[in-house]
Amino acid sequence: MSNGDWHPGLRESYLYDRNVIAEIQRASREGIYDIRGFGAKRRLPHFDDLLFLGASVSRYPLEGYRERCDTDVALGTRFAKNPLELKIPVTIAGMSFGALSAPAKEALGRGASEVGTATTTGDGGMTEEERTHSKTLVYQVLPSRYGLNPDDLRRADAIEIVVGQGAKPGGGGMLLGHKISDRVAAMRALPKAIDQRSACRHPDWTGPDDLEIKIHELREITDWEKPIFVKIGATRTYYDVQLAVKAGADVIVVDGMQGGTAATQDVFIEHVGIPTLPATRLAVQALQELDMHRKVQLVISGGIRTGADVAKALALGADAVSIGTAALISLGDNSPEYDDEYRKIGSASGFYDDWQAGRDPAGISTQDDELSARLDPVLGGRRIANYLRVLTLEAQTLARACGKSHVHNLEPEDLVALTVEAAAMAGVPLAGTDWIPGLRSG
Amino acid sequence: MGTAELAGVEVVDLASTPLRELNRRLHEPADGVRTWRILNPNGAHAVACGLDSEIDVEIEGHVGYYCAGMNKLGTVHVHGNAGTGLAENLMSGAVIVDGSASQSAGASGHGGLLVVHGDASARCGISMKGIDIVVRGSVGHLSAFMAQTGRLVVCGDAGEALGDSIYEARLYVHGEVAGLGSDCIEKELRDEHVAELSELLARAGVDDIEPREFRRYGSARQLYNFKVDNAAAY
Repeated sequence: MSNGDWHPGLRESYLYDRNVIAEIQRASREGIYDIRGFGAKRRLPHFDDLLFLGASVSRYPLEGYRERCDTDVALGTRFAKNPLELKIPVTIAGMSFGALSAPAKEALGRGASEVGTATTTGDGGMTEEERTHSKTLVYQVLPSRYGLNPDDLRRADAIEIVVGQGAKPGGGGMLLGHKISDRVAAMRALPKAIDQRSACRHPDWTGPDDLEIKIHELREITDWEKPIFVKIGATRTYYDVQLAVKAGADVIVVDGMQGGTAATQDVFIEHVGIPTLPATRLAVQALQELDMHRKVQLVISGGIRTGADVAKALALGADAVSIGTAALISLGDNSPEYDDEYRKIGSASGFYDDWQAGRDPAGISTQDDELSARLDPVLGGRRIANYLRVLTLEAQTLARACGKSHVHNLEPEDLVALTVEAAAMAGVPLAGTDWIPGLRSG
Repeated sequence: MGTAELAGVEVVDLASTPLRELNRRLHEPADGVRTWRILNPNGAHAVACGLDSEIDVEIEGHVGYYCAGMNKLGTVHVHGNAGTGLAENLMSGAVIVDGSASQSAGASGHGGLLVVHGDASARCGISMKGIDIVVRGSVGHLSAFMAQTGRLVVCGDAGEALGDSIYEARLYVHGEVAGLGSDCIEKELRDEHVAELSELLARAGVDDIEPREFRRYGSARQLYNFKVDNAAAY
């Protein structure tokens, strides 16, 4: 029923709204939990709940179209011989070939390379398409170790040890059988068409002390050339970041619960982890207390959509951010162009989240050759480059308004919060007050 | 003196040579040096990891974590015991340990041969992807967990949950199995299995056990695609 069908006497339950009722009915019919892609859809405190205090009498702004506001960032300066030198502080998050089509991976590489930033592999290993088209490529070492090999480790520009991801911290991955093509199956050394489970734990280390030795091994294998990232899903972020620093990470990636996934149980996506906003503040606090802020770089991901999100994450202390879901939307995911086809498979543009199903009309989250062919990697790459440029321009605009000649000069003092919750989570004052809930004094 | 050269054999003493220096040289071995002898490893981690050429490395003593990790083409022989993650992600070549190995030996190995003449601990062959592993003694719990392809031969006993969530790897055990994991079942030992087992035992230098006395285990393939009727198995 649409809202237009409402008439007096029809009262929808807050507790049992239409989505809840539909899910109970679906679960009763099918007997299996709901698996989907995308990220958390519930309302969560986020960067939207923060505002910048632009310059005025007490602060001096920079001219928007004349004065420089730099955006470059180096990732991996702690131990690696060859840190990543990026032109913008926005990278493309890890997404697997398997979850995504080959043209989608190629397009991400093309777009990121055009604007001077990095892409990241995913579960299943490195494809030639993404290595060829990604000038800077981060190679993930995941618990499944699908496709992991020392040759790709050496030809990567950085290594990312994935402990968890924001959509499902504590959970492994899954790639359902209908997305297991011959090529995906061969890369993962598994039979075609079976539901592939990715382990939730690494097979050869089990805690922070082991992780330190594991990082050392990877450095030895790659002759200490590559920056080593550690990616964690946001949960006990303060402690996890401190342990990752102790283990020797060059870069820590913190993925909040709004982070996307190709396929996970809905109950996991919506009910595990903490939002990106408090995770950012906790990660920065952990680094500052160790005197490692800016020495070990922090990358924040999970619901980064606009240049405002970028600027606010940097102002809270991140060195860079990473985008996944937004990058897929940039490529064409949920485009109105395919609305008729979304409707044929029970969805609609703007709502499509069945990335696990492999029937993506936009040719992104699929391994079907016909659907994949719809995505032109050159055009997709141009869209990604455009979108990354807009994110950067927006972040620069906000930074200049705050009087900053580099986006990294943004600071928490430039921010206020619109809600008590956001003030407490971000550690900035509620707008119009000097009140930061939860801040202990003395 | 940390290094000596004896009749074409490069000798490196880890008591006086930094590990970094050893691994750097192993990654780019000087022309003509095919054999290396490592003295005093004293439990060091990441010894001889990331090899990428057909060299022989003899390690005279015990090693720590990740010895011969991601080895490709090389042959590494540990004359002692090995710590966690021995030969993890082995690609090719061979790794031989005279003593015992700690947990996760051969984890996620893609190829090559791992031989442990003593016992291997828990999770031996976890996530194996094509590696062949021969353990002269016994293996601990959760060995061959989520094993994808390759072969694990256990001449002694196997601990709890052998082959839990196994895919297409083939497991051979001569002794007792404390318990099988989800979707792992005993299968018929046919002539072709005896033949491959004989070949594996011969490559591992094990010649005092009759291949036909082994029992074979593998996947029941019931959990390959999620069915709600199997929910109790998850």
